[in-house]
Amino acid sequence: MLVFFYAPLDADQGFVQKIFYLHVPMAIVALCGFVAGGAMGIMHLRTRDQSWDLRSYVTIHISVILAVGVLVTGSIWARASWGHWWVWDEPMLVSFLIVFLLYATYWPLRFSIEDKEKQSRYASVFAIVAGAFVPLNFAAVRMAEQFTHPQTGATVGGGMPPKFALTFAVAFIGMTCLFVTLCKYEMASKHATFRLRALKRKLAGDDDALAVGSRSAAPQL
Amino acid sequence: MRQTVAALLAKELALELRTREAVPAMVLFSITTYVVFHFGLDRDRLTGDLAAGVLWVTLLFAAILGINRLFVADHEQGGFDGFLLAPVDRTALLVAKVIALFSFLCVVEVVAVPAFAVLLLGPGLMQAMPALLLVLVAANAGIAVVGTLVAALAIQTRARDLIVPLLALPLLIPAVLAAARTTTPLLAEGGAAALSGDWLAVLALYDLLFALIAYAVFDFLLED
Repeated sequence: MLVFFYAPLDADQGFVQKIFYLHVPMAIVALCGFVAGGAMGIMHLRTRDQSWDLRSYVTIHISVILAVGVLVTGSIWARASWGHWWVWDEPMLVSFLIVFLLYATYWPLRFSIEDKEKQSRYASVFAIVAGAFVPLNFAAVRMAEQFTHPQTGATVGGGMPPKFALTFAVAFIGMTCLFVTLCKYEMASKHATFRLRALKRKLAGDDDALAVGSRSAAPQL
Repeated sequence: MRQTVAALLAKELALELRTREAVPAMVLFSITTYVVFHFGLDRDRLTGDLAAGVLWVTLLFAAILGINRLFVADHEQGGFDGFLLAPVDRTALLVAKVIALFSFLCVVEVVAVPAFAVLLLGPGLMQAMPALLLVLVAANAGIAVVGTLVAALAIQTRARDLIVPLLALPLLIPAVLAAARTTTPLLAEGGAAALSGDWLAVLALYDLLFALIAYAVFDFLLED
């Protein structure tokens, strides 16, 4: 609500600038989600506890969904303020696309490994490598642009008047809460699915165990 | 550790010398790619950033071929089992594979870079050679480390040929970006300009970071 009524309209972008409060927090939360997924991968490899793999899977899952949102809103914003759907000399957009393309491989990777234990181990290794790659990639692409456009140094929140900053902070906190809630729901739903499957298996006797739920590459407890 | 690496490396090189599977294919592929670029871009002579871009994209795609083949023999003929039964440090396999891939890339470039100069490059290559060698070595190191990691990750999957490029290309974008930016002034019209130190530093940092990551996670890829 603050976004629409409290924050002043941007002088030269007008109403379209409001997408900023959706786009930027979403991007930051998605990137933090990727890095957190990598940290959970480390925990999984250390403790060998399958639940860490599940957490890592869910975090990356939600982050990729947010990343799609970031790319779409970024495109809309770029169309409105620069006149093109896609602008190659915006370092954030480009590095985000690279990260998104990398994480899109997470599912093919999981699906193509049959053995469950091996699948979660390999997925964790992928999560760690990709999680470390995220900051590095941003540094490199940002640097590429800085040699040609030295003025792209302004950070988010740097030159903002207080009203913008407050609205941005609220939007950011809101997005973080949304992310955490989505992760919690997804975890709960996965746990419920496992529970249901275990009960079904018990009812059917152990014979049908393999027939149920072989379509998903999600980690199983 | 050193003995193990030497033994594994000797095995790799002997295997490649006898079967000649990866390197000739990579060389042929890179020359074919130059021809494709010639017709795709419709240019006879390339200079500056275009030349650097074509060179690095070609070398990158050729490297993907080598990465795809890297662990195939070990996987199909039980090399992994043999290695895991031996009482040696698992990092030795990583080091040996990285050095092997690095030397394959160097051999490919010994042919592919002069071929590029003959077929497509406008300005002469001689002047730029010392600096270009430096960039090639730094970029090869990065490609070798990331390539070994990706190959080890993908070898156990059903869709290996699909996973390798999908994983390796995004991961290698910073390396190719840095390499191409460093090479651009070297291939400029009217003689080589000075090397850009910043980009070389980025490339070195990339190599270092991924070497550390690979060292940290490689053990987990071999537990079977």
